[in-house]
Amino acid sequence: MVITLLISIAVISLISVFLALLMVIADATIGNYGIVRISINDGTKELEVKGGQPLLKALNQEGVFIPSACGGRGSCGLCKVRVVQGGGEYLPTELPFISEDEKKQQVRLSCQFKVKADVAIVIPEELFSVREFITRVERIRDLTHDIKEVTLRLKDGETITPLAGQYIQFKVPEYENTEESVYRAYSVASPPDDNTRVELEIRLVPNGICTTYVHTILKEGDEVTINGPYGEFYLRESDRNIIFIAGGSGMAPIKSILMDMAQKGINRKAMYFFGARSKRDLFLLDEMHALEQRLPNFTFVPALSEPAAEDNWEGETGLITDVVRRMVKDGPNSEAYLCGSPGMINACMAVLTELNVAPENIFYDKFS
Amino acid sequence: MHDALLPLSVFFASIFTSNILLTNYLGTCSFLSVSKEMKTSLGLGVAVIFVMATTTPLNWLVYEYLLLPFGLEYLRFIVFIIVIAAFVQLTEMAIERYSEPLYQSLGIFLPLITVNCAILGVSLFMVIREYSFFTSFVFGLGSGIGWFVAIIAMAGIRVKLKNAKVVPALEGPGITLIIAGFMAMAFMGFSGMIAVS
Repeated sequence: MVITLLISIAVISLISVFLALLMVIADATIGNYGIVRISINDGTKELEVKGGQPLLKALNQEGVFIPSACGGRGSCGLCKVRVVQGGGEYLPTELPFISEDEKKQQVRLSCQFKVKADVAIVIPEELFSVREFITRVERIRDLTHDIKEVTLRLKDGETITPLAGQYIQFKVPEYENTEESVYRAYSVASPPDDNTRVELEIRLVPNGICTTYVHTILKEGDEVTINGPYGEFYLRESDRNIIFIAGGSGMAPIKSILMDMAQKGINRKAMYFFGARSKRDLFLLDEMHALEQRLPNFTFVPALSEPAAEDNWEGETGLITDVVRRMVKDGPNSEAYLCGSPGMINACMAVLTELNVAPENIFYDKFS
Repeated sequence: MHDALLPLSVFFASIFTSNILLTNYLGTCSFLSVSKEMKTSLGLGVAVIFVMATTTPLNWLVYEYLLLPFGLEYLRFIVFIIVIAAFVQLTEMAIERYSEPLYQSLGIFLPLITVNCAILGVSLFMVIREYSFFTSFVFGLGSGIGWFVAIIAMAGIRVKLKNAKVVPALEGPGITLIIAGFMAMAFMGFSGMIAVS
């Protein structure tokens, strides 16, 4: 009995060891592509990485972060990168995400494309400054009944330098609502001159993976991994008047931009339309009034769509689009910055077009 | 039947009368999901032929020279699975390294069929039916071709199906399973031809 048991264990082990050995040898020989070179943006940066791994992972290890929401499983289609040399054929796993135009541009899905030989790639310049940061939650406070302000503090000696209005990716670890860690993008609300902190405004979305995590599990003192900064949503240099429009946690990037303007003394004529349902959805009013003091040409216009009876509201009422239509006078000489839900942004774009704001002067950050 | 003719009859039987997919209904998972397009069906079909034709004799060797002498027949499930998985993985690595076009057309399907029950099924039938080494190889090859024939036929039908009106509730896997049923009945027409137990 014991002998049979031992023999069967020995045989199974023998087979497993043999096959495992075979795999290890194979990995070191046929799976070994040696060191390959990645040349980024025409040689601006040259990396030497271990061959055979996905481009996304190889870049990550060298500190070049490409935005990706699914963590390299080929399901989000975000991690696109132009591979201008050494690309080879498209893999069937990439094709669902690549359009005909992108094919002409040699755009590849970097989590699927494996670097087996020297390649040359092109990535947006800004991604060079993107890094991963391990932070600690310094403070969590309630801004409204469903929006929390989370302040993350970087490790001593580390700094992050986002442009006002850019966003970071927040890594949600595994917990009961998600089997694997996921990344979600949030705009930075703090001004860039505070480069050791990142302030986020996170609104509770029913069943939202990250928002539920932040609202129910995250505590002060916890560790949070983020990477960034990313994004094209920042104040353009010009003399035009500025129209800001936001709703809910769309406040974050606009607050950052305004504080940056105050810091730098940019005193362009600016109006900020903030849409909310009733008074309990308004927040940071004191901060906004303080900004009005610091920026003489800036006006904050909160508007309630359904003020409650007890609100005693005397400010603007109605849909944010109606308020904008009523109050914006010089459309052609304005540029607009919108942040909020896709519905709100689409409606506001229509109104701004009506008011003759040039489409190339409308910038937006859509929640999706 | 004469022994010398056995491999030949096994070969044809495994394609037609005892088609692994249509009579044993093994390997239906990838059959249903991949048969949407002719090109991917071809790739997967060829990959299945290759893997069946190679892993079946490989498992025969392992069974005959490792499991039988030590009286460990009951371990065959786990051992066959490990052998298949390791072999498929190795093949994929080799193809990826040495042939870009082959990897494009075939390589990416290999991981899909590592744990395909048809592959394991063929190895188990080979044991139950006590085939010799050569017959096992022929049986694996034939079964692979049988699977290939079935998925190509299904892909052809599904291409035509795109222009047909299908009851909404049956779209996709529903109608595909019904068609597979009809195909199985049609293949029963071959059953008088050769019989292999």
